Amino acid sequence: MAIGVLDSANLNGGQKLAVKYFTAAVALFVAQILFGILAGLQYLMPEFLYNVLDFNVNRMVHINAMIVWMLFGFIGAVYWLIEDEAGIEVVGLKLGNLAFWLFTSAVTVVVVVYLFIQTGPGTDTTRWLINEGREYIEAPRWADIGIVVCMLIFFYNAAATFMKGRWSGISGVLVLDLVALAGLYLAGMFYVTNISVDQYWWWWVIHLWVEATWEVLVGCIMAWGLMKTLGARRKIVTTWLYIEVALMFGSGILGLGHHYFWIGTPEYWFSIGGFFSALEPIPLVAMVVHAVYDSGVHRFKNANHPALAWLIAHAFGNFFGAGVWGFMHTLPQINLYTHGTQWTSSHGHLAFFGAYATINIAVFYLAIQKWRGNVWMAGGLADNGWKWKWSLALLNIGVVGMTMALLIAGYEQSFIERAVGGSTWSGYFAAQTNPWFMQGMWWRQLFGWVTAAGVVLLVWDLVTIGRGETRAAEMPEVEAPEPGGAAATAGA
Amino acid sequence: MNNTPWWASEDVWRKIAVWITAFMFVVLIFLTFDSVSKITAGSERVPPYSVINKRIGYEFNAERNMQVPVIGEQAPLFGQALTEEEAEALVTHGKKVVQGRNCMNCHTLLGNGAYFAPDLTKAWLDPAWGNEASRETLMTMFLKDPTNNARTFGSGRKMPNMNLTDEETRAVIAFLKWMSSIDTNGFPYNFKTIQQEG
Ligand code: HEC
Ligand code: HEM
Ligand code: HEM
Ligand SMILES: [Fe+2]
Repeated sequence: MAIGVLDSANLNGGQKLAVKYFTAAVALFVAQILFGILAGLQYLMPEFLYNVLDFNVNRMVHINAMIVWMLFGFIGAVYWLIEDEAGIEVVGLKLGNLAFWLFTSAVTVVVVVYLFIQTGPGTDTTRWLINEGREYIEAPRWADIGIVVCMLIFFYNAAATFMKGRWSGISGVLVLDLVALAGLYLAGMFYVTNISVDQYWWWWVIHLWVEATWEVLVGCIMAWGLMKTLGARRKIVTTWLYIEVALMFGSGILGLGHHYFWIGTPEYWFSIGGFFSALEPIPLVAMVVHAVYDSGVHRFKNANHPALAWLIAHAFGNFFGAGVWGFMHTLPQINLYTHGTQWTSSHGHLAFFGAYATINIAVFYLAIQKWRGNVWMAGGLADNGWKWKWSLALLNIGVVGMTMALLIAGYEQSFIERAVGGSTWSGYFAAQTNPWFMQGMWWRQLFGWVTAAGVVLLVWDLVTIGRGETRAAEMPEVEAPEPGGAAATAGA
Repeated sequence: MNNTPWWASEDVWRKIAVWITAFMFVVLIFLTFDSVSKITAGSERVPPYSVINKRIGYEFNAERNMQVPVIGEQAPLFGQALTEEEAEALVTHGKKVVQGRNCMNCHTLLGNGAYFAPDLTKAWLDPAWGNEASRETLMTMFLKDPTNNARTFGSGRKMPNMNLTDEETRAVIAFLKWMSSIDTNGFPYNFKTIQQEG
């Protein structure tokens, strides 16, 4: 086993596939940031790329790149841990590779079409070939079908490998969660004229992904990550995982109602949506307690400092971005004024970054360590680890800075446009031209550049960390699941 | 067996997780049947597409303590009364144009979408279109050439030319008119509508 050089002999089959997903994910992360910067600039300089690469195109690429890179990261993470967890090789590795290339080519074609064809006439052909025009799931129908096929292959690989090898509590939750995650995508794959019905189902996809199935998926990755970095005990992380599932699904499924206040749906959603979504922060608090407690018990002693730092960033980011920022505008009395303002954008940025970018980055660090032959990644790195520390700092300061700038702009907009101005055309621009708003947009851009610097440094660090290092890491053993025990039936 | 208390037992929590999830899901399915039936086009909350033949208002309702859409007398879009089928076809075309041109990555509709441009939920009723007599002409002119008809209110932020054909423009306006009749529980709050006869 060569230490300090990238050698795929260090990886098992699933992991070789996983690093392909991670590489594509990092590339898309860079693209996300690039198009975010362009969209942000158009707030400040309205003539910038006007009629060439308009705001709607930049924004669409920005958020689509985000969704896809995170999904790639999640799929990669599952392929990363699957052989360890199941105790056997992935059953359909060839098929898995095929799905990776299919998925990646589809994404490339979709982005090229977004950028160069952009829009089409109001016909069904446009929706099938160019753009569906619904936020986050703009991908044309042919690509939707391709994505579903790739997800089915992925799901088959996960379920069949565990079935043939062994189940554990974590893998049981994981596989059931993947069924729900893939199934929900279907709710976004049909056309309706009625915009109320359209948005009703659209939120099934968006909300039940990020506030239910994605949360549970990262719960599984977190559980495994804590065993991997800290050597946490399997029984403890599995029990916590069940508690989190109960709390997350218990609040998040009906919490969906916080998107049904104003789209035409009946008034009973005020109480149902308001009540259950207000409970959603509870599992996120539990997660913080869990992560910090486990780290404390093991005295933060671990063999991969960047990965653990990003796991802890995940626990806090999830709590603040989703839990606190979400809670602040989730009651209908408040949402009436904040709905569809920069307030929402503030929450969207902190939540997606805090909950999902962070944990993906943690997994990237775990992967690069093993890829270089389980190289030393604890304290006393060659260059004092300045790159990972600075990129951690820049990314977090950048996103928190953007969040604060957007929050100030959002408060102003809620007040001037939504409350006083009655959300008319002129009311909208009264808010947009207010100095508080305009300064907020400048600060967002400034912190956007800080974020971008963090990403550049992150990529550089991932490429170089552990290169030429000669010390091997002392990795904790991950406890194997009990044969036969309660865990074994969890998948049933 | 062992001395783990019940509340720390893996087994107990697994069962709780399964039951809670199943229960919540069933409740959601039930509520979905109810909600979808209450928002089909032609229901009380979401009027039929032929509502584009009528005058639409947005007035304060003391009983519900919020503004609600009010459907008035005959006022056909572009002076041409349509049958239910014709109206549905026109609004459908408009919706497909809105999706195909990706309007929602600049605008919000019913408050969802992007924040770069005004919310379009009640765009049909926006006072910026002057009065009922000028509205259809001004909307058509604006949508066909937003660059030269830009208002921007001092922001300099213009809508790009979406190259809408005449037919597409008419369809989009029909869609916007229909959307303004949806009962959105008082969102947007405090919206001041265009001058209309009662
Ligand atoms: C690149 C962003 C962008 C896209 C895409 C876009 N718009 Fe706009 N839209 C704007 C901006 C900015 C304004 C404000 C223009 C002004 O004040 O001159 C606007 C104004 C409007 C208005 C008047 C506002 C009001 O409150 O009544 C309507 C109606 C409208 N757009 C409809 C559409 C439709 C329909 C589409 C899709 C076919 C669309 N827009 C696509 C940016 C966009
Ligand atoms: C990691 C989890 C979460 C993520 C990634 C996330 C992300 C987002 C995003 C991107 C939007 C904007 C959607 C759009 O474009 O229209 C949104 C809206 C919203 N979120 Fe979250 N969210 C999360 C968790 C939560 C939680 C836990 C709550 C409540 C406690 C919450 C409350 C809301 C509300 C009320 C809205 C609607 C905003 C509006 O009316 O405009 N979110 N969320
Ligand atoms: C370089 C830094 C970034 C800049 C300048 C930027 C800019 C923007 C802009 C201008 C929008 C459109 C908002 C609107 O409609 O007005 C947007 C939307 C969004 N961005 Fe970013 N972004 C950046 C980084 C990120 C990161 C790191 C994430 C998360 C990981 C992210 C997630 C999102 C999401 C979820 C939305 C949709 C928000 C909503 O609909 O509420 N962005 N971004
Ligand atoms: Fe939500």
